This record gives sequence, C-alpha cells and structure tokens, in this order.
Amino acid sequence: MAIAKEQLDSAEKRVLQIVSRYGANEEHLLQILHDVQADDNSLSEAELIQVARAMDIPLSRVYGVATFYSMYSVRPRGKFIIRICESAPCHITGAQSVIRAFEQALGIKMGETTKDRKFTLEYTSCLGVCGVAPAVMINDRVYGNLTPDKVQEVLSACEND
Amino acid sequence: MEFFRSHVLVCSGVNCSFRGSRSVRAALVEEIRAQGLDKEVRVIETGCFGLCEAGPVMVIYPEAVHYCRVVPDDVKEIVEEHLRKGRIVDRLLYKGEAQVKGVQTWRQIDFYSRQKRVVLRNCGLIDPDSIDEYIAREGYEALGRALRMQPMEVIQAVKDSGLRGRGGAGFPTGLKWDFTARAAGDQKYLICNADEGEPGTFKDRLILEGDPHSVIEGMAIAAYAIGASKGFIYFRGEYKLSIDRLTHALEQARAYGLLGKNIFDSGFSFDIEIKVGAGAYVCGEETALINSMEGKRGEPRFKPPYPASVGLWGKPTCVNNVETLANIPSIIRQGADWFRSIGTAKCPGTKVFTLTGNINNAGLIEVPMGITLREVVYDIGGGIPHGRAFKMAQTGGTSGGCLPEALLDVPMDIDSLATAGSALGSGALMIMDDSHCIIDVVKCFLQFFRHESCGQCTPCREGTQRLYELVDKISRMEATEKDVELIRRLARTMEDASLCALGQTAPFPVLTTMRFFPEEYEAHIVHGMCPAGVCAAASQIA
Amino acid sequence: MKMKSLDELKKLREKAQETIRLREQEEGTKIVVGMGTCGIAAGAREVMLALVDELQKKNLKDVVVTQTGCAGLCEKEPLVDVIRPGEPKITYGYMTAEKARSMVTSHIVNGQVIGEYVIAREDSGD
Ligand SMILES: Cc1cc2nc3c(=O)[nH]c(=O)nc-3n(C[C@H](O)[C@H](O)[C@H](O)COP(=O)(O)O)c2cc1C
Ligand code: FES
Ligand code: FES
Repeated sequence: MAIAKEQLDSAEKRVLQIVSRYGANEEHLLQILHDVQADDNSLSEAELIQVARAMDIPLSRVYGVATFYSMYSVRPRGKFIIRICESAPCHITGAQSVIRAFEQALGIKMGETTKDRKFTLEYTSCLGVCGVAPAVMINDRVYGNLTPDKVQEVLSACEND
Repeated sequence: MEFFRSHVLVCSGVNCSFRGSRSVRAALVEEIRAQGLDKEVRVIETGCFGLCEAGPVMVIYPEAVHYCRVVPDDVKEIVEEHLRKGRIVDRLLYKGEAQVKGVQTWRQIDFYSRQKRVVLRNCGLIDPDSIDEYIAREGYEALGRALRMQPMEVIQAVKDSGLRGRGGAGFPTGLKWDFTARAAGDQKYLICNADEGEPGTFKDRLILEGDPHSVIEGMAIAAYAIGASKGFIYFRGEYKLSIDRLTHALEQARAYGLLGKNIFDSGFSFDIEIKVGAGAYVCGEETALINSMEGKRGEPRFKPPYPASVGLWGKPTCVNNVETLANIPSIIRQGADWFRSIGTAKCPGTKVFTLTGNINNAGLIEVPMGITLREVVYDIGGGIPHGRAFKMAQTGGTSGGCLPEALLDVPMDIDSLATAGSALGSGALMIMDDSHCIIDVVKCFLQFFRHESCGQCTPCREGTQRLYELVDKISRMEATEKDVELIRRLARTMEDASLCALGQTAPFPVLTTMRFFPEEYEAHIVHGMCPAGVCAAASQIA
Repeated sequence: MKMKSLDELKKLREKAQETIRLREQEEGTKIVVGMGTCGIAAGAREVMLALVDELQKKNLKDVVVTQTGCAGLCEKEPLVDVIRPGEPKITYGYMTAEKARSMVTSHIVNGQVIGEYVIAREDSGD
C-alpha cells in the first residue's frame, strides 16, 4: 500500500531534526527511534521510511530494529502505555490480579488500546523494581506495590498528568 | 565550610522513590525551614539502604537512628521531636518479626549487622550526586595509584584477588582483562554492562544510583589495564532515572580531570559515553549487547571469536558487569590479600543479592560469598511473611535453579550453587511460600523465555515455545508421563544446541523443579490436582 | 579544577571528610543536651548552638552533639551530659551558652571536669 505523500512530508522534518541531533551514524539508531517515537508512542511507516532515508540505511534494517525491541511499536498505541510486569517476582506477589483489575477498569484486554487512544495495556518482563513488586511502568513512571484497589488511583494519576 | 550538627539521609533509591521518598524529602526540607533549623540540620538524598521493603527509609546522624515507612505526615513529628528535642520517634523504628520494641540505630539492625559491605560501602552513607563525598571515602585514590603501576601490574593485582565476574557467568576478571590487553590492535573498548534484565535483579541500578563514582573509577582502572581510551555504559531503556544520575556524575568526574585527557598527569586519557537499549533481555548477553550498541538487532553473535579479540566495531572489547567494576577500586586500594580474606577460596569477595518474592525484608543485601541460603533468608531476610512456610528459593534469576527447603544450608557461592544444581548468576534470589504452585511459577519462567528468545536460533526459538506449551499442559492437568520424557529430551537439545546461554539455560528451572519437587509434577500429572490450588483456580476463571 | 596528582586528591579528601565525619562516627565523645519542653524553655537550644559552634571553632572532630528528651530533672535544666569513651558519664546542670563554651575548653579539650557545674556522675555500665 502506498503511503500518502503528506504523511511522508510531515514525518520528514521531524525525523531530519532528530537525526541531525545525533548524527546519521547507525550506532545512534536506537536513540533516534526512541526520540521519533516520543510524540505518539509508535513508529509509523512514514517515520521509518524517513529514518532509513536520513540515515542511509536499508528500510528493512530499520524495520528489523523497530520490531526487535519491546519498547518500540509499529502499531498505533495510546497516550499512556501501561506495561505490566509478568516476571516471577511480580507474579508471585499478585501481578495476575492487578492485570485483571486493569483490564476491567479499562474495558480492554492485554495488548489492546482503548478506543479513545488513551491507554494501551502491554506485558513486560521485569522492570528492575521487584523491591516494590508487583509493578507497572506507565510511560516513564513506575508504580509499585500494586493491588487491584490501587489501579483506579494509578489511572487517575495519569489522567491528571 | 558550614557545619551541620545533624544530617538526615533520605533514601532516593528507586524502590523508596516509588514509595514516596521524594515528597517526604520535600516535606522535611520545608518543615526544617519552618522550624528554623535549616542552619543546623542538613538533608541529603542518598542511595539505597537495602531495606527497600520498609521504605521510604531515612537515617538521622549523628545518632544513626533508622526510620522506616516514613510518609509526609510523619515529618512534622520527626522534626519537632527528634531534630528539635532529641526524642526518638519510636513508632517509626524498624521492627523485626518477633520484636515489639523498635531498634534504634541502623548498625543494630540484624539486616545490616550481618552484611559485609564492599560494593555497597557508600550506599546510604553518601550523597551520590556529590563527587566530594565519594572522594571523602577514599574515592579515586585507587585510580591514582593504578596509574602509577604498569597496566600488567594492575591486571596481576586483579588476578591475584580472584575476582570473578558478577554478571552471571563468573569468569575470572583478571584473565578477561589479560586477554583484551594482549589482543592485537591500538583501538580497544571497555563496556560496562548495565542492561540488567534478569527478572528479580535490580542491584546494578541501585549501585549506579547510590554510588556512581565507584563504577566510573572501576571503569577507568579497567580501561587503563586493558589499554582502552574509550568506555561505554549500556543501560536498559527502562532505567531513565539512573541515566540522569550517571550523566551528572560523569560531568563531575570530567570537571575534576578524573575523566578526560591526561588523567593525574599520567598520560592516560579515558572517557565514558552512555548508550541506551530499548527493551530486550537478550541484550544483556555481551555479543548481543555489542550488536545493539552498533545500532542493530540485539542478536547474540557466534563465539568464538570472543569480544576480547573481535568486539565492538570489530575491535578488542572487554565487557564487565556493574558490580564487577564496582569491586575494582577497593581491590586496588586494599589489596588482593584483603579481598581474599572475604568469601571462599574459590570465590573471594562479597556478592550483592536482591531479595524478592515472599520475604519480609525484600531489598538489596551484600554478604560474603559462601554464606548459607538459610542465613540469608532467615537472619537477614527476616523470614517468610504472614506466618507461611518456605517452599522454594530460586537463585540466579529466571535462568537459575529452584532449591527446596532441604537445601537451605547450601553455601551461596558460584561453585557450591552449581554443585547443588542451581546457579549464583546475577544475584537474584526469589523466595516463594507454600501458597504457590511450582508448576505455575515454572510456567511463568517459561513465558519469560519464549517472550525474550531473540528467535535467531531454532533450538531456542522453538524450544522455549514448546517447553512452555508442555508445562502449560501439565498445569491444565492434561499431561502424561510421555510429556515429561519429552521435556527432558527437549531440554537436552536446547542445552546442547542453542547459540547463547539464553536457550542453554532456559530449561534449567524446569529441570531443577522436576528434580527437587517431583511430587508437584506427580500430583498434576497422575492425580490431576494442584496441591496449592493455584492451577485449578486459574482454569476455573478462564 | 582539574586534579593533577594524588597529593591534590588527598587535600580535597581531607576537606571533604569534614562534611561526612558525622555519619561515620561510631565511637568518640558524645555531648547530649536535654531538649525536653522544659529544657528548651530554660534555654537548651542556645546551649546546644553554643556547643556546636565552639566545637566547630576548635576543630574538634571526634565529638558529636546529640539531644535527648526530658531526663526528669526539670528544675536543673538546661542539662548537658558528656560521655567520653571509658569514663563515667558527667551531667552538668543549669547550663548557659557561656558555661557550655568553657566546658568544651576544659572538659572536652583538656579532660578537666568542671566540678562546680556537675550535678551527677554515673559509671557507664554499657
Ligand atoms: C541471556 C543473557 C543475559 C545476560 N544479561 C546480563 C546482564 O543483564 N548484565 C550482565 O552484566 N551480564 C549479563 N549477561 C552476561 C554477559 O554475557 C557477560 O558475561 C557479562 O556482562 C560479563 O561481565 P562479568 O565478567 O563482569 O560478569 C547475560 C548473559 C546472557 C546469556
Ligand atoms: S519482577 Fe516485576 S519488576 Fe522485577
Ligand atoms: S530504595 Fe530505599 S532502601 Fe532500597
């Protein structure tokens, strides 16, 4: 499917700016993708094409990297990405019930995004805050010691941000 | 210089931060000012104390009084009573399981008094944002001394100390440095591995946040020894907080000329750059990490050649773990003999463990190698909460082994744990009580592996998926003895044929639980029941 | 400032150690000021501030000043205890900022207890 020219054009300026911040060297690709993704939590096809052009790397390579790492997404995601830890220390301190509480509160399943594009629910491996397990990371912030009761509170904290 | 009669150290480690230590600190500063004590009392943010379970943690000097679970509402009382009148606020003191009365100073708390702090010697004692406080604790002395030695002498000192890598594999550090130093080529690199993706591990982050200069100093010494002028710290993408701290520490070190050109007028130049990952456990593996740093997919490379000869951009590269590097300054300053006086003959020194799961004092501890699992769980960890019984300890993280109660007296060092059928690994230590089902957690481990397998080699990509399905079958009470046999065969294939240690060790938790908890497997397979009632419950809900 | 030698590092270290000494101390002389409500009313804060200031001026590093609650001797406030390792605890009463300063000079520096201010002596059983 061809991509509309407007999409390509609108991605171009931003991407060029970001690439020039680090340099077009391939070693900076991960950081560049982090920054490109920062506006809407996902990497559109137009953005990937522009990154490939600006850095002079084959698109397949850029796409390969974008799909390898779990912090990137080539599918549209919500404004808040709720990454729920499903590793063992969180699992045995009650992550399952927290997952169910999030699903219920948002009316979506894990892996889905709410209709208003606000929240996306994702699984993640250990976030390195097992001292306060069970934990979730929402964008850059971590919430720990969760119980199903606290889920609503966490969601409202996002809304008020 | 201003003099303060009292210092209040508030933990700003991640765990305490998430429990609200920032607002506690802010409230404290405010209240101290309101009560006119701001010329007498200084508030300092410090790194993790280790007792994260009881966070936010705070220690007030000179009395060294240790307060736990402090919330902003407690602040007024602390200032009014303790700082103004010198009356200790009893209700905020640390209380062990059996204690009614709180323990006042942190030095008296079992949790601390049984530890041996080498790597964490400054955590909870200094302000990590102040290079001066690090220097006050003999910081950068070791670097100065190392630069007066020949590189080979430095390597020899590390070899003599017997230090082994703390990133998981336990490879002798001095030997690794030696290989890199001897490799042909002018351009060499040093990488500090701060990817830390092993579930249940958060030590590297807390070391870097609590005492960043110990790692920077260790890196500078390592770089001098192997002949590298450029170093990198590879962080996992989720560790934003640590990255900011470290950036600040690097700037301070540069300002003092402890990084940069011609350090200590020795002719040696070295600087450090930060690299950030994007969420992939396998990137902790050193060759995958190198690929990721080059901007590629983080897939492990074939070994040999090892990074020591062909590493980052094809140049000789030494990859060391954060904790390994943080040990270096003390070794250079206090000598190999001192280091060997701690721990066991084959595993000298200490190990930092992260205690997680069903344990009272979840957090960060440092103990001599060879301490028993029982001491860690009961004397330091404070035992199992809610009056439940110990069921299993997993050492070494998700790819480590699962030990039963009968093995609680196993010494915690690289070799003893390997002999017992487990691994020391990164120092993750997860304790599980008897309300949980072995099959259910094993499924959770395998979920991790099938998710994190990079997919490059077939035994690992397919094996982790099939293993998960087989154990899932057991948890649904649909498996037979034949499936158990299949698991064993599959495990052997994965161990033999996977490209990297991810696939090679993925079957570990299945194999160790089959060995140590056969009755759980039998119950699910033969009797169609889950003794802990977990698996049945899950299927009913589904 | 770029450091050029181990000597320069040492100089900086000595200076920096002042800042954190308070946290490393496990033994050494302790001066304890009674800071109950009555103590404060009687002027204990001035006494304490004078002590801190005097120690600082005299560069006495191994001494810490801490506080305690009401000792039950309210009428003799402000009270100051001096505990030196291996010596009996000395309690001074009716202290003032002046007296506190001279106590530092004679007791802490020279080891001479000022008899006329003393209201109690107690062997350190611990
Ligand atoms: C799948 C996998 C993940 C790993 N993750 C880490 C990690 O997060 N941190 C780390 O230091 N080492 C990790 N390692 C070990 C590294 O490959 C390497 O051995 C280590 O960084 C060397 O440092 P050391 O000798 O100081 O231990 C991992 C290994 C494998 C196979
Ligand atoms: S296991 Fe969930 S944060 Fe570590
Ligand atoms: S983070 Fe505060 S004690 Fe560990």
